[in-house]
Amino acid sequence: MRYIRPQSIEDAVGLLAEPDGTAAILAGGSDLLVRMKGGFIEPDLIIDIKAIHGLGEIRETAEGFSIGSAVPCAVLGENAALKKAWPGVVEAARLIGSKQVQGRCTIVGNLCNASPAADSVPAMVAAGAKAVVVGPSGRRTVPVEAVPAGPGKTSLAKGEIIEAILLDKRPPHAGDAYLRFIPRTEMDIAVVSAGVNLTLDEKGTVKTARVALGAAAPTVLLVEEAAEVLVGSKLDEAALERLAKVCSGACRPIDDKRGTVEFRRKVAGVLARRAATTAYKRAGGK
Amino acid sequence: MAGVAVSTTINGDNVEYLCQPDETLLDVLRDRLGLTGAKEGCGTGDCGACSVILDDRLVCSCLVLGAEAEGRNVETIEGMAHGDKLHPLQQKFLEHAALQCGICTPGFLMAAKDLLAKNPDPTEEEIRFGLAGNLCRCTGYDKIVRAVQDAVSEMKAA
Amino acid sequence: MNFDPRYSARSFNSVGTRPIRPDGVDKVTGRARYGADFNMAGQLVGRILRSPHAHARIRKIDTSKAQMLAGVKAVITAADLPDLTDGDAAMYDILDNCMARKKALYDGHAVAAVAAVDARTARQALKLIEVDYEVLPHVTDVDEAMKHSAPVLNDSIFTEGVEPRPAKPSNISKRSQFGHGDTEEGFRHADKIVERSFRTEQTHQGYIEPHACVASVSSDGTADLWVCTQGHFVYRQHCAQLLGMEASKLRVTSSEIGGGFGGKTHVWAEPVALALSRKAGRPVKLVMTRDEVFRASGPTSATSIDVRIGARKDGTITAAEATLRYSCGPFAGTWAEVGAMTAFACYRLENVKTIGHEVLVNRPKTAAYRAPSAPMAAFAVESVIDELAKEIGMDPVDFRIRNAAQEGTRSSYGPVYGPIGIGPTLEAVKNHPHMKAPLSRNQGRGMACGFWFNFGGQTCTDLNIGADGSVSLAVGTIDVGGSRASLSLIAAEELGIAYEQVKAVVADTSSLGYNDMTDGSRGTFSTSMATISAARNAIKTLRERAAQMWDISADDVAWEKGHAVAKGGKHGNLGKLSLKEIAAASGTTGGPIAGHSELVADGAGVSFATHICDIEVDPETGATRVLRYTVVQDAGKAVHPTYVEGQYQGGAAQGIGWALNEEYIYGKDGRLQNPGFLDYRIPVCSDLPMIDTQILEIPNPNHPYGVRGVGETSIVPPLAAIANALSNAAGVRMTHIPMSPPRVLAAIEAKQAG
Repeated sequence: MRYIRPQSIEDAVGLLAEPDGTAAILAGGSDLLVRMKGGFIEPDLIIDIKAIHGLGEIRETAEGFSIGSAVPCAVLGENAALKKAWPGVVEAARLIGSKQVQGRCTIVGNLCNASPAADSVPAMVAAGAKAVVVGPSGRRTVPVEAVPAGPGKTSLAKGEIIEAILLDKRPPHAGDAYLRFIPRTEMDIAVVSAGVNLTLDEKGTVKTARVALGAAAPTVLLVEEAAEVLVGSKLDEAALERLAKVCSGACRPIDDKRGTVEFRRKVAGVLARRAATTAYKRAGGK
Repeated sequence: MAGVAVSTTINGDNVEYLCQPDETLLDVLRDRLGLTGAKEGCGTGDCGACSVILDDRLVCSCLVLGAEAEGRNVETIEGMAHGDKLHPLQQKFLEHAALQCGICTPGFLMAAKDLLAKNPDPTEEEIRFGLAGNLCRCTGYDKIVRAVQDAVSEMKAA
Repeated sequence: MNFDPRYSARSFNSVGTRPIRPDGVDKVTGRARYGADFNMAGQLVGRILRSPHAHARIRKIDTSKAQMLAGVKAVITAADLPDLTDGDAAMYDILDNCMARKKALYDGHAVAAVAAVDARTARQALKLIEVDYEVLPHVTDVDEAMKHSAPVLNDSIFTEGVEPRPAKPSNISKRSQFGHGDTEEGFRHADKIVERSFRTEQTHQGYIEPHACVASVSSDGTADLWVCTQGHFVYRQHCAQLLGMEASKLRVTSSEIGGGFGGKTHVWAEPVALALSRKAGRPVKLVMTRDEVFRASGPTSATSIDVRIGARKDGTITAAEATLRYSCGPFAGTWAEVGAMTAFACYRLENVKTIGHEVLVNRPKTAAYRAPSAPMAAFAVESVIDELAKEIGMDPVDFRIRNAAQEGTRSSYGPVYGPIGIGPTLEAVKNHPHMKAPLSRNQGRGMACGFWFNFGGQTCTDLNIGADGSVSLAVGTIDVGGSRASLSLIAAEELGIAYEQVKAVVADTSSLGYNDMTDGSRGTFSTSMATISAARNAIKTLRERAAQMWDISADDVAWEKGHAVAKGGKHGNLGKLSLKEIAAASGTTGGPIAGHSELVADGAGVSFATHICDIEVDPETGATRVLRYTVVQDAGKAVHPTYVEGQYQGGAAQGIGWALNEEYIYGKDGRLQNPGFLDYRIPVCSDLPMIDTQILEIPNPNHPYGVRGVGETSIVPPLAAIANALSNAAGVRMTHIPMSPPRVLAAIEAKQAG
């Protein structure tokens, strides 16, 4: 086993693309080290990406925000501009793990761990976030929902690494929110979760909507039918009822140690409804 | 497996060590450096007993590689008191009996220190959420929260 | 030794104050040494290979490849721990649990172990051990295990306690029964009868410190064991017996202990560490991972309980029955029996009957967990009591007061009570402001009572007075939560000196006589009794030395407030001699001054508590949040009130976790699915409110200061208190613990569906 701290993304890609042995990317380590400790993986090479220039930064660009893949979630919460523009994404990122884990974990790690219950992923999907992927054949940008391929699996090819997450500039009259259900108040993995992102017109009618559910299927669910229910409404009781119903219906959950199928279905609807209400308020709707 | 040579700062002192690539900072502290104040309660970041402060961020040292400490600044429980003079949090933990068995205490003290560094006047709720990454099975947290509240009062007055 | 343990009323100087504990500074500076904080020269790393199967016959274990691996110094199996138990079935079970002999009986059962130069080599060596298993059908559910069709874990077990002896073996190792009167007759006189069945899932003590030890066996046949334990003398006895050593050749030193709650009263890996050290000829450090702690140590029973209680409209209970089925893991136990004893202990009953069934299942060996077996029984009984109060239209507190046991009541498990605290705790609750605080929508208040026996046991202390007048107190009961402070207070009180003059330490097994474990809430009760006795013996010597210094008869010397004083007119002109002055002269008056005591601390006063809690339910998710919590409990006499409060608060918090979220979850394959703190969800700081306490002091007549044990009772009422609160908040009667959100939501939806 080797530990290497490359200085450039190209070096990291080069190391990842080495034909022999298995390589693991280390950013926050909060998933990787747990898996190593449990004996589930024993990589031949650990590539610590934190020394790579720019990966530890949040940049405000003309298009919006670029969040480097080594930025700890705690830092997202400390960035006032990001928090103001994308409160739902930031609150989701801030829910991952404990305070101790917050200082280390990253949203890219959360995404690439490919757990159906990842907190930041439904919020990013609702927000329409994109991932910048760098690999041996160059750079490409993909929607975040295209990254997880199944529990523990991603669509990234050998040698590929996510460099940053891109979030658009926040349009006027828009807001997002994320909620998850956990049995305790902290330290749990989401039993089920919902992220909602809304844009309103001047009168408070929903113009566009994205609704994503976590821990409700093998990968994050972008529920288009739920968005359709909201668009054109002012989030009246009937629209919220329909939203809850559509979200519950869209779930394809499992029974496991964290919850039952029935529970996840029901609570997915409850959370979607509550998150939509918050997002609507944040968008300036009344 | 090749060892990694690391040069770092621990509790203000320059420290050099050689560790394996997969060895955690917790293992380095405990087994190589004899700093056994940080405890391993779970090894998976779920209990906070191994909490240390790494460059002003509270972390579980079981989820940090020893190799990652290169050039960084590590604070552990062993560096919290100034010689004979206990930190106000340490003193208040004693006075309030905020520990029974004491195994979680070093982690709680590091977490509380980090919390107060960022939020010198937390509400009870902020204290409770600020310490939620540290498990205590003995006290029901009541006396821990009270000790932190008392330390806040004292540190504000100072 | 004619020590008189009877209570006599007195005023206190030290007892009842709240000084800083003697081991405190080391614990806030990281210096205190716990199980895993100790190392020896040349030490190896020990690791245990555990069965992945819930039930499997071990056909063959091939360790040859592991032994060949460079850096491996010893590999052992059951063959290296030969059976020396000589027909002692209980010891055989301990041996079998430490290292599976013929069958692996649960997921996590130890089957082999290695000692190697480092952790990596040890881990690799485990992978090289080949175990040939014949996988057998398994059963993990307590009710399933009782069925005739269930796979039988041990075909030499025929239910004890039934006549005639069963012809076929079964998983029911014992049936026990308690009670008096005629319950059928009693039920005929009831106006209302409530009957319900309950289930509680298995929980773990959840100590933050995993089991850890360092074992060093020398070639001369002596050995040292450094270990985190609640009872180093018992560990010595068990380890010595299993390894065929003389007890005095094995010195056990207890480290600081990072929580036990009953789970560190049993040997788990220590005999294995000693066997590895013996084989390797080097010290071996063995520390369990968290996964091993959950899979292979400690849990309490899973239960299934039926309760039936009848009452007249005037609020008098006419009859009460309970049938309790408790899982024991794969070895016979007496867990249901204890549950059956405690079930109705709070009440004055004419007709009562409880039946316990001990049930073997393919789960880890059930271990003691704080008031073992009582919380589950109290959950079932106190839930039915609450419902019955509602049925007859009585306030639940008044209903309990009306039926509460009192001095002279014959308890449901046999003995007649002396002065007890159940009535006073209920009266205190009735008058507590918490009971009158307003509640909002989706909120509810519940209350419940709890009982624990408390234990006394064999105890021994040494109190040595230095020439400088400072006192070192050596005790043999492990300090799990501040008892060194309490015992120093006791010594200071009895000697009449300042607390700061006394330092209490826990002595190792070669430095002090035998002591029972810190269990049964006995630590401060029994050891304070022995400390008072030792101090009185020391005072006798102090008086004799003063007499010698004054050249008068010792009979003319009294001990008052830390000083020898000459009694009577004839010595009126003599001043006082302080303990310090007498100690300073000890070198010339007969040598060191000490007091010793060896006793069996009988008469541990039984303990009662009543809890109140307010909760809020989210009716759309089933999430329950505890808003306010109050514990009222009798301490007899609170020696160090802060640590007494700590016991009340800690037990309540564990009970809250048990009530709401903690449970062992097994898959169909019989494997534990949640062996970690991520999914075995103990309460975190933000889950709980402050936990208010009220200490009542109803002196225990069998202790000089009136002390009772306080450690365990506080975990007994919370399960029912929360269930009762939930029923008031959401109108649903929860009969399955934990009351996790999916279960609560399902109950709410079932109610809404009508």
